[in-house]
Amino acid sequence: MFLDLTSDQEFFQETTAKFLADQVPPATLQGFADGVPADFEARYWRRGADLGWTSLLVSEDAGGGSISGRGLEDLCLIAYEFGRHAAPGPLVPASLAAAALGQAGTHPEALAELLAGTATAAWCHAEPSGGSLDITSDGGDLVLNGAKRPAEAAGRAKYLLVTGRLDGDFAQVLVPAAAPGVTITPLRTPDYSRDFAAVAFDGVRVPASAAVGPPGQAGQQVAWQAQAALVLAAAESAGAMRAGFDMTLAWASDRYSFGRPLASYQALKHRLADMATWLEASCAIAAEAAAAVRERSPDAAELASAAKAYTGQYGTELMHECVQLHGGIGLTREHDLHLYLRRVVLNRALHGTPAEHRQRIADHVVTREGL
Amino acid sequence: MSSESVEEFRARARDWIRATLGPASGYAAAGLNHRPEEEELAAVAHDRVLQRRFFDAGLAGVVVPPEYGGLGLTPAHQRALNEELGGYEWPSRFTVPTMSPCGAVLLEHAPEELKREHLPAILRGEEIWMQFLSEPSGGSDMAGALTTAVADGDDWVLNGSKIWTTGAWWADWALCLARTDWDAPKHAGLTMFALPIRQRGIEVRQIEMLNGARDFCQEYLTDVRVPDTHRVGEVGQGWTVATRLLFHERMQHNSPYVTSPADARQGTAEASPAAIARDAGRLADPLARDLVGQARTLDLAGAALQRRVAAGIRSGQLPDTASAVARLFFTLAQVRASEIKFELAGGAGVAWDETDGAAAGVGDSFLIRQAGAIGGGTSEMARNVIAERVLGLPRETARDRGIPFRDVPRGAAR
Ligand SMILES: Cc1cc2nc3c(=O)[nH]c(=O)nc-3n(C[C@H](O)[C@H](O)[C@H](O)COP(=O)(O)OP(=O)(O)OC[C@H]3O[C@@H](n4cnc5c(N)ncnc54)[C@H](O)[C@@H]3O)c2cc1C
Repeated sequence: MFLDLTSDQEFFQETTAKFLADQVPPATLQGFADGVPADFEARYWRRGADLGWTSLLVSEDAGGGSISGRGLEDLCLIAYEFGRHAAPGPLVPASLAAAALGQAGTHPEALAELLAGTATAAWCHAEPSGGSLDITSDGGDLVLNGAKRPAEAAGRAKYLLVTGRLDGDFAQVLVPAAAPGVTITPLRTPDYSRDFAAVAFDGVRVPASAAVGPPGQAGQQVAWQAQAALVLAAAESAGAMRAGFDMTLAWASDRYSFGRPLASYQALKHRLADMATWLEASCAIAAEAAAAVRERSPDAAELASAAKAYTGQYGTELMHECVQLHGGIGLTREHDLHLYLRRVVLNRALHGTPAEHRQRIADHVVTREGL
Repeated sequence: MSSESVEEFRARARDWIRATLGPASGYAAAGLNHRPEEEELAAVAHDRVLQRRFFDAGLAGVVVPPEYGGLGLTPAHQRALNEELGGYEWPSRFTVPTMSPCGAVLLEHAPEELKREHLPAILRGEEIWMQFLSEPSGGSDMAGALTTAVADGDDWVLNGSKIWTTGAWWADWALCLARTDWDAPKHAGLTMFALPIRQRGIEVRQIEMLNGARDFCQEYLTDVRVPDTHRVGEVGQGWTVATRLLFHERMQHNSPYVTSPADARQGTAEASPAAIARDAGRLADPLARDLVGQARTLDLAGAALQRRVAAGIRSGQLPDTASAVARLFFTLAQVRASEIKFELAGGAGVAWDETDGAAAGVGDSFLIRQAGAIGGGTSEMARNVIAERVLGLPRETARDRGIPFRDVPRGAAR
């Protein structure tokens, strides 16, 4: 996805690519239609943690460490490979929860488990329309009421990083998923190597020490996490696009009609050229957005939205073109193409649709142009 | 001066720019503008003065070697200059096509004497260069050029016609692709020449475009004598030189030879989609904001892609032909942006007066929506390059390979 990798980064990406190709090849993923088996995922995730997946957004002081000193970009490399292999695993929520804990310097035991991959976390951030999550102080405790959905990987998470409002300001709290008053209801999703849940909080009481950072001052951290989620989704979609495109290119070269390869028809060559352009542009905007978010630069929010809007729209556009160029086989479950289609379909609608992000971008434009 | 660090250079450029240059103005950029000839000529003259000021300030030809009048600095210095230029005027006619692709190709292929004479002249604002490539018989199939050069002593004598040069009527010199051997196969019989445009033997006709602009030109060459010392590249190597022109052209504003504001939006003459929406009274309309967001997304993705492709080509991770990827994106994004602006302008795009502000006249621009997808090579040709040269898909069958050019089937002359 990035062109300017260090040799350490190349090795890191390559190692994960090999691991995923070995652990979750398409034939294995095809067997996960009813969900990824829990014992498989637990083992797989621990080994991924050994490869460094979980530690990238956490500073060395806090027990983490990146490959290049640019942790978010390192994580984008992994996300890209996750897309390219349609890989399962709570990469985004686990990384963002670890980032929040590391940044706040709280919950060292939970953080250690997340880093080791022996436990996972979900980030309870998105809310059902009209929903909210209120945090109130009560004596020495914090009390949570409200609902969150969709929360990725909440079903198997040991910890929930919950973003809510305390007296109108953002606060984040780490809640054990097993805490009394927490109800986790699985949701259905087109991407069956991912899982989502609706999480209800009904008078969930935690000690004040559950707060991640000073309560009421989490706004910047939450905004950063949200931007990071956007660029990770964009990087992952770019990876899935690469996989779908490569398969389609190979198919078009091997398949014949009227005595010549599909790839020799100019009408199809031109569409493949368009697709190559969308793919390169997706990599480019995802990479620039990742750098901007990592640097917390002033245009990070706008670039993250642009990366999400672009890869959201053209990710599905490209994959549906892949289906089209495959013909009937592209519509089947037995062919592997759908694995990558599922991933871009999911990522398009998660964390805001392309149209929602275009509205946000327009807000930035209007502000900048002083209109 | 070659030891000047990027940051020193940036600081020097910034001070000078802020103290010297005016704001980027609506019509400053070269392009297909519909306006009176005197105004266009005044803008050209102003560009010459501007270029001279850059030169005198030691800010012209950043990556051009000192022996040719440049600074001998790095692409990073050029980028710094472009970043500092945001919002300010710049001599657009000396950037594209004068310095890139023409100047860049002179550096690569011209004989020493030609380089020493003309590169400094360009940098001093004295020479605006054009590309004489397309012909009435075809632009996409550029190697099918019919304009002919015949050797005569130490000279060549050129006859034929070139077309679609934007601004030849106020330009000075041209790189002209001509056929020097009709018996060689198509690509092998071409040679590139440098020639002054304003001379007896070259008649320049302005062509009116459908938006009223008259910058498009056709040139008729009749017995034009060009000394062999003005040949650029070897005899029969014209196609190699021409592909370098195309390469540098596709690099657009990422070429290290181009001085123009890094934030392209600040450099364009046209009103932004958001300004059009405001003046059309639609800024609060969520549909309008979707379009504004869409245009901006394409801007950002396109700029990121340009940088990615340029970096990939520099490092050798992408083939030179990958510049067609950026080119294709740009053509399609421009087409879409034109449509978005037209949509945002609403009725004021087609029936307006001065009170309509940025929405006025958008319909006129929309008339030439396809210009960006034709000039500089069509989007179809970019797709061919990507498919065949980047992705390696099978070539189209062609009836012009391996036979003498004179036997290649041709359409009726236009
Ligand atoms: C704004 C602008 C500025 C220009 N500036 C210059 C200049 O400075 N110097 C110069 O020399 N020229 C210039 N041109 C000319 C430009 O390069 C040509 O117009 C362009 O290359 C197309 O050539 P053509 O017009 O002859 O169309 P044709 O080549 O006749 O093409 C007609 C149509 O057929 C399509 N087509 C042709 N061949 C194929 C193929 N093999 N596969 C699929 N589709 C094909 C084309 O894409 C196009 O849609 C400029 C043009 C414009 C619009």
